[in-house]
Amino acid sequence: MIYDTAIIGGGIMGCGSALRLAQGGQRVIVLDQGDLGQGASGVNAGTLSLQIKRVKLMPYALKGHACWEAMGKAVGFAKTGGYTLAFNAREAALLQERQTLKAQAGAPIEFVSNNQLRNGEPNLTQQVVSASYCAEDGYANASLTGQYYLGKLRDAGIEYRERCEVTAIERDKNFKLTTPQGTINATRILLAAGAWLKPLAALMDVHLPVQARVNTVTVTERMPPLMSTVIGHATGLLTMKQKANGTLLIGGGWQGLGTPQEGRGRVSVDTVRPNLALAQYAVPALGTARILRSWTGFEANVPDFYPLAGVLPGVEGAYVLGCVRGGYTIGPYISQLMGDYILGREPELPLFDPGRDFKEGTI
Amino acid sequence: MSDRFDIIVVGGGPSGARAALAASAQGLNVALIDEQSAIGGQVWRAKNASILSAPKTHETRAGDALRRDVLASDITHIEGARVWQIETGWTLHVLRKDVSSELTCKSLVLATGAREYVQPVPGWTTSGVLGLAGATALFKQSLTPPGKRTIVSGTGPLVFFVASEIRRLGGEVAAVVTPNSRRDWMRALPSMLGRPALLMRGAIWVADLMLAGVPIYWQRVVTDVSGDDQVRGVSIAKLDQNWARTSEDIMLAADSLCLGNGLIPNIEAAHMLGVPIRHDHALGGWIPETTEDGGTSIDRLYLCGDGTGIRGAEAAAHQGTLTGLCAAADLGHGTVNLQKQAKAKWLKSARFGMTMTALSIPRVGQAQLTTPETIVCRCENVTRATIEAELNAGAQSSNAIKSGSRAGMGPCGGKFCATAIAQLIAQQSGAPVANIPPATPRPPLRPVPLSIAAGSFDYDALPIPKPAPL
Ligand SMILES: Cc1cc2nc3c(=O)[nH]c(=O)nc-3n(C[C@H](O)[C@H](O)[C@H](O)COP(=O)(O)OP(=O)(O)OC[C@H]3O[C@@H](n4cnc5c(N)ncnc54)[C@H](O)[C@@H]3O)c2cc1C
Ligand SMILES: Cc1cc2nc3c(=O)[nH]c(=O)nc-3n(C[C@H](O)[C@H](O)[C@H](O)COP(=O)(O)OP(=O)(O)OC[C@H]3O[C@@H](n4cnc5c(N)ncnc54)[C@H](O)[C@@H]3O)c2cc1C
Repeated sequence: MIYDTAIIGGGIMGCGSALRLAQGGQRVIVLDQGDLGQGASGVNAGTLSLQIKRVKLMPYALKGHACWEAMGKAVGFAKTGGYTLAFNAREAALLQERQTLKAQAGAPIEFVSNNQLRNGEPNLTQQVVSASYCAEDGYANASLTGQYYLGKLRDAGIEYRERCEVTAIERDKNFKLTTPQGTINATRILLAAGAWLKPLAALMDVHLPVQARVNTVTVTERMPPLMSTVIGHATGLLTMKQKANGTLLIGGGWQGLGTPQEGRGRVSVDTVRPNLALAQYAVPALGTARILRSWTGFEANVPDFYPLAGVLPGVEGAYVLGCVRGGYTIGPYISQLMGDYILGREPELPLFDPGRDFKEGTI
Repeated sequence: MSDRFDIIVVGGGPSGARAALAASAQGLNVALIDEQSAIGGQVWRAKNASILSAPKTHETRAGDALRRDVLASDITHIEGARVWQIETGWTLHVLRKDVSSELTCKSLVLATGAREYVQPVPGWTTSGVLGLAGATALFKQSLTPPGKRTIVSGTGPLVFFVASEIRRLGGEVAAVVTPNSRRDWMRALPSMLGRPALLMRGAIWVADLMLAGVPIYWQRVVTDVSGDDQVRGVSIAKLDQNWARTSEDIMLAADSLCLGNGLIPNIEAAHMLGVPIRHDHALGGWIPETTEDGGTSIDRLYLCGDGTGIRGAEAAAHQGTLTGLCAAADLGHGTVNLQKQAKAKWLKSARFGMTMTALSIPRVGQAQLTTPETIVCRCENVTRATIEAELNAGAQSSNAIKSGSRAGMGPCGGKFCATAIAQLIAQQSGAPVANIPPATPRPPLRPVPLSIAAGSFDYDALPIPKPAPL
């Protein structure tokens, strides 16, 4: 059995690409070292916010939002709108500069008055100096990612293997992948291993300058309604929302401990505390909510913080997709582009050459 | 009070208290932290002050002795204090009277004990149903029986202890129901003969029940609890050797039910700190890997007591002494001789304890008691049918079930449903439960109010790193 494409990594990038490739008639298999969708794609904060997307990625994020809306209830999608807050003059200036550029890039972001803000979110602190609003913002439930894509792969008749780590890659006529469940042969491979891309590419002696961040997320017990939109901070150091069941999810990219190679990250009290302090500062009534769980996930990036999406440098037939900032939001869309590219079609929007010079600002 | 210690022991049950005493006797500066208001743990829990005049039992005497020893020692006992987060190197975040403080130590001993497992059956969440072990806490603290007419159901010796306690406290025991057969007990007899005092206590419990005409239903199980707002009665059925039901149900009337299926080690703290875990039915399920004297793969982290495997109170105490001595020795205090003595005592009492644990080892038929409509995860109201739907949709692990169904996402953090969920996965996949580890444990160890976790802060002092790339 020789697959047309073997996809290494069953996160949102790998699963999304698999679906596109199968639609295009390819026979594909998805391999994951753990369970599908339990990496970054299953533990992220689920914020779908145009306000925190990079300017040059805005067209992808807008398309991504449309994909999430279409997935709807099955992924816990909610379009709630979202506010981004500034608590002092410095942050207000930052907010002004950033949101203006993002609005120019196509995001429907507007600045709101204090009264509008208070109408929208009465439980916010009085300390807000300036706030922007985007009606397109919302969230999905990341813990449903695995379940959702697993169902989609099954419906599409796509093979997948869990607890199936790729430990060696050989290349002669085809690719031969060594796994605990036997050798997998494929004409092409797509590396979609998230924060593990570096060791994976190293199996083929390709150096990808991938670094991992250890982001932290915290959830509270169920609370009476405290907020109805996604609330963020001008620096990006706070995102929070209250789910339909009343629990509050608090994130903002605060760093935990550990590395992907060690297997698991650890929460650091030193960073959780300011994250929670910032949340409570924004919505003082949060103080009484009991914290039930904090966890970490590994998010990958390269030095210029733009995606890797294209041909793995120097290896014909090998592709890579990952390191997308705001990758949960953009994942369902950019994985379609990747699928199209592998199928030999012209992608609707340009991809991001993994062979670029990351220092030069070539994007 | 200083916040730096040579050794901090978490858990003031027989094991942790003995560990602290042993280390303190070697001249080390030791703190003993427990969330209860007095030393004693689950088994030797102290009575409420209002009922101190009540007659002494074996448990209160043992507990009083332990409390006296701690009082007479140099140990800093921090009571009513919840350890909610532990950082390697050792900093403990401790919540006490709505204030969180940080305590540090050179070596850490975790003696977090065990919790009860209840196999979910229809109606088990009805008001008037108590855990079998949980009921002992009620007796010890407040000397009240669970109701007017109680059915006591469960495995091992605890079921007889609880039934006789209810009678002693003036309650009526409608029936004792135990999955164990008389044959199970005959098999346990040889190792019980080595502990005549304990055997005697057990014999007295059973004799008391028989004299009072309390029916004992051997090799039977509670299959259903009826009653809307309050227990009205239970159905019971006969079991085969594998604890699969073999007969039609009969109904017994009662207003309360004590229900339990043995104990599970509390491993979350050790697991979170990175101690590898393994599955051992004979010790109550998943246990952290330790050396015999309580050492772990992590430098200066020690474990003892039922949290390392269910061996009972006496073994927990001896193991605590051994572990406390070893932790002290690793800090340069103490002798090998004492350790040898403690180890010999521990191994002897552990053998007896494990014989008792063996009576509660789950058997394959047990999982069937949880019917499709039965709630498995109480916190999030998730039924077996919902979990099975996830399994049929391809979920294969505890983590995947948790993400897809929310089972284990509530305030208890999955402590009470993990075993039942692993059983269901095992059944569906045909893999042994030993291949189905619990979901990744997440801090905090106990829920904490956000304001306390956040601590006091000044907005302008918040460490705000440089903003994300534009
Ligand atoms: C805590 C956190 C919060 C975040 N919050 C947001 C947010 O709010 N909004 C947003 O848009 N984005 C967010 N992100 C970013 C987003 O989650 C990621 O960009 C996205 O999920 C990445 O998807 P992926 O498929 O590339 O990686 P992953 O989901 O990590 O998938 C990679 C998979 O590869 C597997 N794998 C690795 N090596 C091998 C191997 N050798 N063999 C087989 N399989 C292997 C892994 O097991 C894993 O399942 C957050 C990220 C984190 C960590
Ligand atoms: C509810 C219950 C009742 C029981 N009743 C009996 C009985 O009547 N007779 C009998 O023979 N056996 C009984 N057992 C079994 C008995 O618990 C053990 O054999 C024995 O108590 C083990 O001693 P230990 O010191 O290992 O743990 P425990 O006695 O369980 O002590 C552990 C202590 O650690 C504390 N602790 C745990 N985590 C934290 C934290 N994060 N912060 C602060 N404190 C913490 C707990 O409050 C507890 O006091 C019972 C078990 C349970 C679960």
